[in-house]
Amino acid sequence: MSAREETLARIRRNRPAGSHPLPDIPDFAPLVGDDLVIEFGERLKRMGGRIGSPEGGDAFASVRERLASAKIIASAVPEIDGNRDLSQVALPKDLADVDVAIVRAVFGVAETGSVLFTEEELKVNSVAYLAQHLVVLLDPANILVNIQAAYRRSDFASAAYAVLHTGPSATADIEGVLIHGAQGVRSLTVILLPRG
Amino acid sequence: MSAEDESGPRDRLIHPDVAKPSDEGERGQDGRRLDHAEATTRPIGAEPKIKAAREPQPRGARIRGNRPIDQAEAAERFLAAPLHQKAHDERLWDLRKKRDTAAFGIPEWEELRELASAIKAHTLSNLDRYLEEFEANAKANGVHVHWAADGADHNRIVHGILKDHGAKTLIKSKSMLTEECGFRHYMAGTGIEVIETDLGERIQQLDNEEPSHVVVPAVHKTRFDVAAVFAKTMGTDPENDDAHYLAESQRMHTRPLILEADAGMTGCNFAIAETGTVVTCTNEGNADLSGNVPKLQIHSIGIEKLIPRIEHLGVFLRLLARSALGSPITQYTSHFRALREGSEMHMVLVDNGRSERLGMEEFWTSLKCIRCGACMNTCPVYRRSGGLSYGATYSGPIGLIIDPTFNKRKYSTLPFSSTMNGSCTNVCPVKINIHEQIFAWRKVLAEEHQIPLLKQGMMKAAGQMLSRPAAYRAAIGAADSALRVLPRFAVYNPLNTWGKGREMPDSPRQSFHNWYKQNRMDPAKAAKTEKGGIE
Ligand code: SF4
Repeated sequence: MSAREETLARIRRNRPAGSHPLPDIPDFAPLVGDDLVIEFGERLKRMGGRIGSPEGGDAFASVRERLASAKIIASAVPEIDGNRDLSQVALPKDLADVDVAIVRAVFGVAETGSVLFTEEELKVNSVAYLAQHLVVLLDPANILVNIQAAYRRSDFASAAYAVLHTGPSATADIEGVLIHGAQGVRSLTVILLPRG
Repeated sequence: MSAEDESGPRDRLIHPDVAKPSDEGERGQDGRRLDHAEATTRPIGAEPKIKAAREPQPRGARIRGNRPIDQAEAAERFLAAPLHQKAHDERLWDLRKKRDTAAFGIPEWEELRELASAIKAHTLSNLDRYLEEFEANAKANGVHVHWAADGADHNRIVHGILKDHGAKTLIKSKSMLTEECGFRHYMAGTGIEVIETDLGERIQQLDNEEPSHVVVPAVHKTRFDVAAVFAKTMGTDPENDDAHYLAESQRMHTRPLILEADAGMTGCNFAIAETGTVVTCTNEGNADLSGNVPKLQIHSIGIEKLIPRIEHLGVFLRLLARSALGSPITQYTSHFRALREGSEMHMVLVDNGRSERLGMEEFWTSLKCIRCGACMNTCPVYRRSGGLSYGATYSGPIGLIIDPTFNKRKYSTLPFSSTMNGSCTNVCPVKINIHEQIFAWRKVLAEEHQIPLLKQGMMKAAGQMLSRPAAYRAAIGAADSALRVLPRFAVYNPLNTWGKGREMPDSPRQSFHNWYKQNRMDPAKAAKTEKGGIE
């Protein structure tokens, strides 16, 4: 018998007694206030992320300094041009020298301050981890109230890869000291900008 | 953005003697100190006078083949290293407190625990069906699915995949399952290099130690220990034990290895039957690097990780990070379903004793565990003895109830390393009756004569208890019961450390100290008290 058949046979033989029906998941009342934009921003900041808004007609005002000092910028959005074309990347590791990557989130989650990406938004998945800094565009109209609402969306069933980012890469593995940029991006800034 | 932005490469190599303790952690956009995933305990390295008293890291239990682990002996050594013991205790207790705060912040917390427990019970009792569904969906997504009957099978399968691709290096994101399978040891003889990418796990790998905690693998080490390990293995400055410097050094050292790796591997927090998705929850983003950089990706999945539908993640994710770290969510929640362009994707479904455990009436619910570590953080024995003292992949309360399923003789003494205060059961997000299972194991092991220490020291008390079924039942009847059968090292150490109120969230009616004095000093009285159900 193959390992597969053996395992399945043992599971059938050892099935726990009693009835264990699958419970229905109720709709829980949102834990956040009505202003999802404010709630989202607050939670994001507590998770180490930053939030920026367009100023004086400049959508990228909050990250201008960052962009000015960046040598290589990879943009996956039409709102801004970078100098690294994501459609021309041969291997995922070729993005290791990117200073700033700019991507658009599918949606945000107010309860946690998270944003969702799939391979569609990232173009090359590795850019969201190999870049030193990540700038995320989020349409304020695309903020969901909580994680439960997020998992009712179809993105998770259709995307090959879907990922919720909540702030930047972090570690507290040495004496519990919180450090950003453990292995992935050192900072994550969300800019609230309606889809064009 | 300001120049002293918390991000950006740190050339600030402030020695902890110079830096204020409060300077260390990251600050948020509004200048407030952040504490997601962090302890608020005082970093011990920042205290000059303690620094003078550096102490060597106490090592874990001595493994002597199949002989029973002497957890008490290793625990005594840990207790004899006050710097380590105190830091460990404080850090984990802090995580426990943060967990409480996070849990109290959600009115439906108890309902979520009930739901999570019920979803797991349902899935486990229909595991054959859900595994078949998972497999069919994964295959439809273009994924190669493998089945491993045991750890050796898993290692052979993964090695085979790597060989087929001529892979020479494998980057790995932390996985307790591969530790359980002894994967790293197995691979050591194959000429294929395995590189852990989680900081804590990498520290442990470089120091040739197992992870000591399921969530924070190097929590038993101080920064001095880490500085010493990195100096020896990566050539960092042995005198610089700034946590930022150490973390940054590891990033720089590991990144080229990640970029050049031939294959990447992750574990799995949840496997979704309806879509064939593997979900990982990490803070560093290393699972995403492992899954998205090399062209070959492998996911190892314990078969108990199955849950039926995506919507159920809405229950488990709200519990997991809050229970583990007190955070609403981990930095990264990643859903790997199908391949990237140009990649090849393998999933290995690992049994390794799980299907047998399913048939153990008293113990099968331990398969509900989502490895949050909350029971470890709350356990007074674990906090004072360190995860490595258990000499097993899984330590702390959850370890006590699953380790004996792997090896009854070797882990026969572990179920005695508990104060039975029931705190583990109270915090468990999937409502496993951990302390009752610990008690049940004691009974099983006593009946099967697996307790060689029975005649020694405190094991006598255990024996008395176990020989009286009525007292035994009475003892486990009350969830808020006080300490009954004590691990030996608890007895040989200052009792006041165990008598502190904070150890017993449920306020026992009698302090351990008094109970112990009464019961240990006067065997006759002890027997009487036991009959009366122990007060
Ligand atoms: S037994 Fe419960 S509390 Fe302990 S690690 Fe598992 S899920 Fe967490």
